[in-house]
Amino acid sequence: MTAANPETSLPRPPSPPRTWSNTRILGHVLMALWIISGVSLVFYLGSNVASPFVQKYWPKYIEGFLVTLQIVGVSLLLGALLSVPIAMARGSRWKIFSWPAYGYVYFFRGTPLLAQTFLIYYGAGTFRPELEAVGLWGFFRDAWFCVIFAFSLNTAAYQAEILRGAVLNVSRGQWEGAAALGISKPVTFFKVILPQALMVALRPYGNEIILMIKGSAIASIITIYDLMGETRRAYSRSYDFQAYIWAAVAYLLIVETLRRVWDKIEARLTRHLKR
Amino acid sequence: MRVLRMAAAAVAVLAAVGGAEAKDWTKVRIGTEGAYPPFNNMTADGQLVGFDIDIANALCEEMKVECEFVTSDWDGIIPGLQAGKFDAIIASMSITEERKQKVDFTNKYYNTPPAIAVPKDSAISGTSDADLKDAVLGAQSSTTHSNYAEEKLPSVELKLYPTADEYKLDVSSGRIDAVIDDVVVLSEWLDSDDGSCCKILGTLTPDPVINGEGAGIAIRKEDGDLTEKFNAAIEAILANGKYKEINDKYFSFDVYGG
Amino acid sequence: MNEALTLLSFGDQGWGDTIAFGVLVTVSLAIATLPFGLILGFLIALAKNSSEPSLKLAANIYTTIFRGLPELLTLFLVYFGVQIGLQQGLKLLGFETYIEVNSFVAGMVALALVFSSYASEAFLSAFKGIPQGQYEGGYALGLSKYQTLTLVVLPQLIRLALPALGNLWLILLKETSLVSVIGLSDLIRESGIAARVTKEPFLFFGIACLIYLVLAIISSTGLARIERWSKRGDVSR
Repeated sequence: MTAANPETSLPRPPSPPRTWSNTRILGHVLMALWIISGVSLVFYLGSNVASPFVQKYWPKYIEGFLVTLQIVGVSLLLGALLSVPIAMARGSRWKIFSWPAYGYVYFFRGTPLLAQTFLIYYGAGTFRPELEAVGLWGFFRDAWFCVIFAFSLNTAAYQAEILRGAVLNVSRGQWEGAAALGISKPVTFFKVILPQALMVALRPYGNEIILMIKGSAIASIITIYDLMGETRRAYSRSYDFQAYIWAAVAYLLIVETLRRVWDKIEARLTRHLKR
Repeated sequence: MRVLRMAAAAVAVLAAVGGAEAKDWTKVRIGTEGAYPPFNNMTADGQLVGFDIDIANALCEEMKVECEFVTSDWDGIIPGLQAGKFDAIIASMSITEERKQKVDFTNKYYNTPPAIAVPKDSAISGTSDADLKDAVLGAQSSTTHSNYAEEKLPSVELKLYPTADEYKLDVSSGRIDAVIDDVVVLSEWLDSDDGSCCKILGTLTPDPVINGEGAGIAIRKEDGDLTEKFNAAIEAILANGKYKEINDKYFSFDVYGG
Repeated sequence: MNEALTLLSFGDQGWGDTIAFGVLVTVSLAIATLPFGLILGFLIALAKNSSEPSLKLAANIYTTIFRGLPELLTLFLVYFGVQIGLQQGLKLLGFETYIEVNSFVAGMVALALVFSSYASEAFLSAFKGIPQGQYEGGYALGLSKYQTLTLVVLPQLIRLALPALGNLWLILLKETSLVSVIGLSDLIRESGIAARVTKEPFLFFGIACLIYLVLAIISSTGLARIERWSKRGDVSR
């Protein structure tokens, strides 16, 4: 055995150079466009941070943001409560329960949120005498309550479907196993089925929260000053297009932050499922 | 390299779209809202009618130009002018300092005060801020009236609507306690079947800073020549009796104001 | 009841024709948006599926933006922003001209942007469902990259992506309602006008909701048919 002869052993050939293929050119051009837009956006916003517009309206944007959070939070919570009986009725064997629940879900998922909000807000005005008779006019008189009412009903329909899908996703064997162990049905549901179902439902729930944040912009159309409402008010007074740019940045930040946090939560909760 | 060639072709196509357009004002596009009776509104079959429209037609005739009307939502009417969707706004727009920073105005072509209307059974007795304390007041957004309420009536809860029609709906259902708008607009509404719910509480003393000097025609800042033309035409129709003819067709009093 | 029927009839007395026109606008907006959204979505999915990292990143930024913005805000950005931007861009290039971005076009562009970013996800997961062997088989037969994509992969891709795209179509149909806010006379806006004039908001917005439901039902039936047709090759197995 002799040592490797430096004359005869060949060095590893260099990896072929990355050629400037069409896709690579396109990718770089597009990225360059994004970077240029991003930099000019930052520059534009940076140069406007001290502008009279920002001075005047930033407290309004914060107020609007809080209203948006309120609307989304309350609606999601009420929707979650409402979704449980709906999902149960939907899966019921009795048609008197399952059919109305199916109709409810179909209606609220099949029509635009905007139309539902208008129906409730302007529709309530038509029934003022009747609503006054039952003492509900005070509730429907306020645009804020109308929005909460409409959004809760809407998200309840979506959440009911998420819940139902997740419960159905848990295999029958889990029920049978628990039954074999002599565990009662309600206990099986809450201790065995529901935890597994919620695990599956995490992702769609996250999506529903994001859809709700985006959908809540609709509240601005019926005189609510949420983030979008304040944006429109600022624009209609100043005619300064940065009103919408700031709002876009704010919404993107909210949605992206939420999405990332939610991904973390999901990864943490499902870590035992990782293989 | 095909991509680069395609990009070059795209730029060429885009460039071909643009063509120089000389501005000799043989044709003027006029923006208006079409939801503000009696000044400008749509009839059931889609015709624009009203004081603003008649004035606009008279001015165009005077300037010997062809006029074309374009309707726009009120919120988007100044952006629409700036973006070139039309060349002039004749839509009862008050001449204010805030707006003057964005667009130029002609001299006023009428001036009427704001007023507050309430349901007939309302307990509100006056138009001062104290009388209206905690009342829910409706106004059209982006108007001098909404600015007036924000500045002068801090104790009310203000609700802003995209068009006058929506606040009318909400005040007649009792969702809001009062509305603020031009006195002429409110009277016109209250005289119709539609406005049987409500009455005028009183007119307000206009604030020159907020309410401005009356309604003028808004024109892009770079089109100074058009502003001049319109000013001359307003003078002319005031002098030759055409203005009075239109005034009397709509109102029993003089809307030009002092 | 009779009163309601009169209000909904066609002709001078009723609002039937107005609302029918609104339905026409709503449907044509959705149909006009669809091809742009699909093509754009497919191209973005291609970019996301490519091995070139810069292209992937560029496509991901696009979808992050348009899935993160409220649709209503996207609409305003396009309606007011694009016109101002185009105008100023052309001015810089020395053209003094006027470009009209009307509410129909603005709605189409905004909805296509949103639709395409969701559709790209649908296409992407369909791409993942096509085994590598399909590409290799195509190349082995001497097909070019482009031919493999259009003749071998695309037909399978559409079948795989169809259920998700069908869902997106239903969402698109509902989202057209937002265009009423920038002044397009769609179903919601026409119902709103009828509601204001007649003082019957519950009736007219209720009708609008029902019409959207009917459109959704028609679409679902149509989609089920298309799906069955796309799977006709599987039946004999």
